[in-house]
Amino acid sequence: MELDDLYRRVIMDHYKNPRNRGTLEEGSVTVNLNNPTCGDRIQLQLQLENGKVKQARFTGEGCSISLSSASMMTEAVQGKTLDDALGMADKFSGFMKGESVDFGDYEDIEALSGVSKFPARIKCATLAWNALRKGIEHEKTK
Amino acid sequence: MNARELKELFPILQQDVNGHPLVYLDSAATSQKPRSVIEAVTRYYEHDNANVHRGVHTLGSRATEAYENAREKTAKFIHAASAQEIIFTRGTTTALNLVAGSYARSVCGEGDEIVITPMEHHSNLIPWQQVAKATGATLKYIPLQPDGTIKLEDAENTITSRTKIVSVMYVSNVLGVVNPVKEIAAIAHRNGAVMVVDGAQSTPHRRIDVQDLDCDFYALSGHKMCAPTGIGALFGKKALLERMEPIEFGGEMIDHVDLYDSTWKELPWKFEGGTPIIAGAVGLGAAIDFLTEVGLDQIEAHEHKLAEYAYGRLSEIEDVTIFGPKQDRAGLVTFNLGDVHPHDVATVLDTKGIAIRAGHHCCQPLMRWLNVSSTARASFYLYNTEEDVDRLVDALHQTKEFFGYGIG
Repeated sequence: MELDDLYRRVIMDHYKNPRNRGTLEEGSVTVNLNNPTCGDRIQLQLQLENGKVKQARFTGEGCSISLSSASMMTEAVQGKTLDDALGMADKFSGFMKGESVDFGDYEDIEALSGVSKFPARIKCATLAWNALRKGIEHEKTK
Repeated sequence: MNARELKELFPILQQDVNGHPLVYLDSAATSQKPRSVIEAVTRYYEHDNANVHRGVHTLGSRATEAYENAREKTAKFIHAASAQEIIFTRGTTTALNLVAGSYARSVCGEGDEIVITPMEHHSNLIPWQQVAKATGATLKYIPLQPDGTIKLEDAENTITSRTKIVSVMYVSNVLGVVNPVKEIAAIAHRNGAVMVVDGAQSTPHRRIDVQDLDCDFYALSGHKMCAPTGIGALFGKKALLERMEPIEFGGEMIDHVDLYDSTWKELPWKFEGGTPIIAGAVGLGAAIDFLTEVGLDQIEAHEHKLAEYAYGRLSEIEDVTIFGPKQDRAGLVTFNLGDVHPHDVATVLDTKGIAIRAGHHCCQPLMRWLNVSSTARASFYLYNTEEDVDRLVDALHQTKEFFGYGIG
């Protein structure tokens, strides 16, 4: 287990300079999720328009893995259709199980591949993606 | 007492983890098990396994004897007046829930008070929240001093003649604070309340005398004191236990059953429904023998020294925050390393073979009081050495370097 595998430059960059950190106006979908075993928490807000994720913003606190994953997720899903975004969440689950996955034009996520070698940290990386899934599924069952 | 020699009695500690000799600093979560305990459990399953209090055959008698023998040992270990005052449970959580579910619900009502502290483990907090909600009693908190300790004056002011129950942890699993439970018990009794002590973090590390503490209930977990998981005990004063109704029904706790009514066995069995954790109790008995042989006073002194050493060495690291009092602390150090998240600290340490805990330690209200979302914790036991602390400190320096200082 090499630390550099886990904490790649891209991850540390997203951790130090999170993208899409902040809140959206009223009318957006808000999901609050926490990881009860460790105290990490995320608030994800999605502005959905014409079946697409127009904007995604997050706030919260957590470790480098959970916050960088949240930052990447928001970048990756903006502009995607709801189904495509859900598809990415599914891909991400497989990715955490060690599957090699193609994230298309958004390559940053691949930096998280080392997480699959640290089973205790997988739930850190998946927190934001679970929030995304919850937000979209909630919207779809409306 | 020689910790290095004691370490050799624990098979699990003789391994490399991620290419480094294992340094186990998470005993407050669960302790490791010495060979004698592992062998006692194996021996029980290989020679004596049978259900207790039922079979008239030889194995049934052996199993019953082993199980009740463990109860006697537990009673002696914490200086209970009789083995009838020891109820085997799954651990501290079930023990406290038994007091809350049976005793507290029958004595609390509108206008009554239950007094605890903000440092309690969720196991000694949520059961009381639930009792308060169900009975209309009020849950009150003895405030904490800035260093996390309790002032007796505050206990005096919080506990009143309306207080029915006071429940306090003996040793904090986060702050390392040793609470004055004997003095608080005296205040509780002056006000007509019963005193419950959460002994999860004290029983493994210091000599316990429930009669000297004069507490009414005392809960403990086996797995934190070298015994297997799934076994623990509730001590209760006999007169109180006799008044209490069971909260689990069926199997072993039954005396006479009619179609529409039944009666219960006498103490302690009326609280032990179903087939009990027999091998666990046997393991607990062996763990008690082991700890008694090492000597609880020696264990306490060793850990105290280790905690002081760790406190000093960790303080040398720039921008480390250590939580809890500087003086008179139990064998653990809870800290944060600058802005590096505790999870990241724990992961880096893990790659160097060092096991610590990161998170809220089942103390969310205390984390809020400390104004952090989570912390890192190194907790010690009889098998830890100053060398382990040195390895921890070296690894923390490397963690700082790795994350580049002031991240966030």
